[in-house]
Amino acid sequence: MFPSRYWREIPHRYRLEAGKCTGCGFVAFPRRLVCPQCGQREFETFKLKGEGELLTYTVIHVGPSAFVDDTPYALGIVKMDDGVNITAQISDIGLDNIEVGGRYKIEFRKIQSDGHSGIHAYGYKFIPIR
Amino acid sequence: MIGITGYGAYIPRYRIKVEEIAKVWGTDAPSYKRGLQLWEKSVPGPDQDTITMSVEAGKNALIRAGISGEKLGAVYIGSESHPYAVKPSGTVVGEALGATPDCRCADFEFACKAGTEAITCAMAQVAAGNVKYALGVGADTSQGAPGDALEYSASAGAAAFVVGQDNLIAECELTYTYMTDTPDFWRREHEFYPQHGSRFTGEPAYFKHTFGCAKGIMEKAGMKPEDFAYAIFHQPNGKFPMRAGLKLGFTKEQIEPGWLTPRLGNTYSGASPIGLTSTLDIAKPGDKILVVSYGSGAGSDGFIFKVTDRINEVRNMVKHTVWYLDENKVYLDYGTYAKFRGKIRKND
Repeated sequence: MFPSRYWREIPHRYRLEAGKCTGCGFVAFPRRLVCPQCGQREFETFKLKGEGELLTYTVIHVGPSAFVDDTPYALGIVKMDDGVNITAQISDIGLDNIEVGGRYKIEFRKIQSDGHSGIHAYGYKFIPIR
Repeated sequence: MIGITGYGAYIPRYRIKVEEIAKVWGTDAPSYKRGLQLWEKSVPGPDQDTITMSVEAGKNALIRAGISGEKLGAVYIGSESHPYAVKPSGTVVGEALGATPDCRCADFEFACKAGTEAITCAMAQVAAGNVKYALGVGADTSQGAPGDALEYSASAGAAAFVVGQDNLIAECELTYTYMTDTPDFWRREHEFYPQHGSRFTGEPAYFKHTFGCAKGIMEKAGMKPEDFAYAIFHQPNGKFPMRAGLKLGFTKEQIEPGWLTPRLGNTYSGASPIGLTSTLDIAKPGDKILVVSYGSGAGSDGFIFKVTDRINEVRNMVKHTVWYLDENKVYLDYGTYAKFRGKIRKND
């Protein structure tokens, strides 16, 4: 994991900062350079509230090397109340208890560690709202 | 007047019972439960550490403070389980809360007293006029060696406090620290687990400093135990804080709201700070609260707080500490606990 790439993604991974097109209001998460709706290039920072409804999910049984100790784990797509869909791991719930349509919120979690000596990568995961 | 503008706690949902640990090591669970006055402890998930818990506690504190993260002029994190040996936890926490870049930041270590030291320094920055608001956090995912007495108590949790001079929910009337060089608990560099001096950790360490600090701050303030509505002491187990409090002249009723260790374990730097959050959750305006932390090595920080009317406006803005403690838990077996805590060595 390159620290530089991780560092570039901090605004959206740590603070859920999206980009809102100043032309048409389209919300891009992560931010984009060009609005896919109107083609404008100006965005203002828009912070997502961090809650939404689970649209779908899948369970990963054979994970990539950084996640082998976490298997089986769930990845879900949540339609946020702000309108954007976000894909992230689902944590703090048994896999049998995950239900499409359930309410989830974002919590700050460790996503992966780069071996024993590299950096820790932090970001967002979904947890059920209780 | 300096004081607390907002406060928040965070406790992971996983728990392990004393019986589950005792079963693996062939020890007598009832004896440990009786001796430690503790029956279960919190366990961090594999994706949780001091940084993640500090962020979540910090978010709760900012909501109660009614300010955004960019208003924080300082972020101080006290812990003995910072995820990095070299690289601050506070930079991640400050960035996640939106406090950067106009922000002072440092990590603190003083065994279990690191959290109150962070809060003290946050208060000092505000008192000096360097910043308007500062965040002080006590958090730990504490480690106990497998089979050691510490394994039954070492747990995880965080408490965060926004310190300021306006919109206070608790005024800080006095602080005091009692400190000596007492080698009761330590961890050398590159060692994975801490070591301790067994019963030496009690009388000349915990009790001497807790009594010295509590008596010292009450003498300076001209106050007696009956002048306080509540008292919170560092809680390495359930027995020590209750014994210390009763011996100082406090009643069980004054101590119990902040006495969480029997069902939480020892959250090290988070212990007395989390006890303060659960006490603030039920305190009334005008109540006086005594807090005395303890960190091995050794020292105790004392605080006297006076709760203000604003507590009634903010306490229900986020979930109370006892919700995290009692309503949101999942019990682990020892194998899963050992995996979560990184106690199993694998090949790369």
